[in-house]
Amino acid sequence: MSAGGERRRERIDRGIKVRTAGIYALMSWREMAYLVAPRVLLIGGLLLLPLILPGMYWKRVISIVCIYALLALTFDFLAHYVGLVSLGGAFFVGVGGYLSAILNTKLGLSPLICVPTAALAGGAVCTLLLLPCLPLRGVYFAIVTLMYPLFMARVIEALDILGGTDGIMGIDSFPSQWAEDYFVIIAVLLFLFGLRRLVNTDLGLVLRAVKDNDQAVKASAMSITHYKVLAVFIASVIGCMAGACLVHIYMWAGISTFALDFSVLPIAATVIGGSGTLVGPLIGCLILVPVSELLRDFGTLRIVFYSLILLAFITFRSEGLMIYGQRKYHQVERWRAI
Amino acid sequence: MEILIYGTINSVALALYALGFALVYGISRLPNFAHGALYVLSGFIAWSALNTLKLNYLLSVVIAMAVTALIGAVIYRVFLIRVRGMEISEIIASYAIGLAILEGLRWGGFKGMTYTLPPFIEGSTAIAGISVDYQRLVVIVIGAALVAILWLFTHYTRIGLALRGMAQDERAALMLGIDSDIMAVVAMGIGSMLAAFAAILLLPLGNIVVESGYNVLILAIAVCIVGGLGSWIGAVLAAFLIGFAQILTVVYVGAHFQMVVALLAIILTLILKPSGLFGQQKELEERV
Repeated sequence: MSAGGERRRERIDRGIKVRTAGIYALMSWREMAYLVAPRVLLIGGLLLLPLILPGMYWKRVISIVCIYALLALTFDFLAHYVGLVSLGGAFFVGVGGYLSAILNTKLGLSPLICVPTAALAGGAVCTLLLLPCLPLRGVYFAIVTLMYPLFMARVIEALDILGGTDGIMGIDSFPSQWAEDYFVIIAVLLFLFGLRRLVNTDLGLVLRAVKDNDQAVKASAMSITHYKVLAVFIASVIGCMAGACLVHIYMWAGISTFALDFSVLPIAATVIGGSGTLVGPLIGCLILVPVSELLRDFGTLRIVFYSLILLAFITFRSEGLMIYGQRKYHQVERWRAI
Repeated sequence: MEILIYGTINSVALALYALGFALVYGISRLPNFAHGALYVLSGFIAWSALNTLKLNYLLSVVIAMAVTALIGAVIYRVFLIRVRGMEISEIIASYAIGLAILEGLRWGGFKGMTYTLPPFIEGSTAIAGISVDYQRLVVIVIGAALVAILWLFTHYTRIGLALRGMAQDERAALMLGIDSDIMAVVAMGIGSMLAAFAAILLLPLGNIVVESGYNVLILAIAVCIVGGLGSWIGAVLAAFLIGFAQILTVVYVGAHFQMVVALLAIILTLILKPSGLFGQQKELEERV
């Protein structure tokens, strides 16, 4: 509010936003374009990216972006639609990664079969392991999920199982770079739009009720645990899928799949992109991951860099880019004299 | 006997790690995930004062503690106060600060060489046939003294009483003229100073490495959760519980499992009794 005390800023929905709110109002190309343009931009942009970007290196970066986007998506979904703040994205990555690695090296299955199988199996395993802490809320759930990946890493290290500190080597990669890119891109798009649908169904409504007022859910004779289990399963399937893809991209599964990176960067991406929008995390990843790749030469400085960005966004601009963008797209702002 | 002596030392060390964390959480309900980072940072400051600025030992210790307290207070005043009350944002923000400090130190501070702080007193003695170096004994004595001093501080000084008042009922404290924002800054300063104090006492026992920041954080959280977040007595008792459990695992199972014990303790406590052994938190509020 830099202007004098006699003015205020007001925000008003654009006419076209109001007109396109109801499906019956879709009578002109302009209104349809208003609705479709952002979605087409996102889908088309993502699908075109591997074609536009030069060189193997940047194509690889695209797949890494998508993997982080999957993780960020699970974080956003769990935190803002179910009320379970999971700081342990690395747990999903690790479980999915190791499962896929085992399937691939022991049974010799192709990566394209391994990944979905590992995602489903990993989802079941993660849900089972997280089951005891589902009654927890808030800080407690956050801390316990933060500890899970650390715990798994230490156990693997201490028991020297699954290849110990060396990890599992000799994992097949995807058939080609194109297969790799489009596999993860399509996975991201499917899960993104799938989750957006899900949160608007009746089930999504109940999940949000679990977040906002679980007593009311209980009073409606619905089991909170049942719905939390369902949500965690969905999230861990997505997270494990990310882990499985990652393992096949790097052709190696090791303790570092439980590393903090996989827990922190998705959270940073979500906060930057816009919490609770589901698209925001993807946008955040599209910005953060390439920047962090560019800073790879500086070693751990990139972790400093993205934790500082995360800090700045969460303390000073907690709404995130996506919500800001949505506001600009749907509303006009103007100064008014009072 | 060996288990008893080293168990006690380990337990006191854990209690020292956890005190600052417990104090900050108890007073302003802030889970300070930058605690481990402040611990390592103060070790680094002490080392720089000692070796780069060539100050004497006592002076650099005082400087390290003062600077860390100041940094903690500034972190709270500038960043964390803005997300106060939003638990998840608090965790993420303080964790981001901790990460930035630790990885920044790894990038710019600790490279190549091994960094060590000198102990207070060189040499060792034998207790019941087991050799224990003096620094470890100093740790026990000062650790016990510190708990006593903290108790006196919070029960008999104006600031201490104000802090306790705020911990018990913030609104009532506000009505009695206690500014909760200032008190939270003070609490964070004292908490950071305790982290620095722990670092100066305990770092001479080993090298200063960045990884210890993460370990200290995990151990502090483990102790506080097992003891019940917000309960100091619980934290001290839990430190002994985990301390001895760790030493027993090292002796009978293997050194690799030392951290596993702490992590398992966190997970089990949260699952079985989230309010901790001595927690004053309303259990029903945290569980559904």
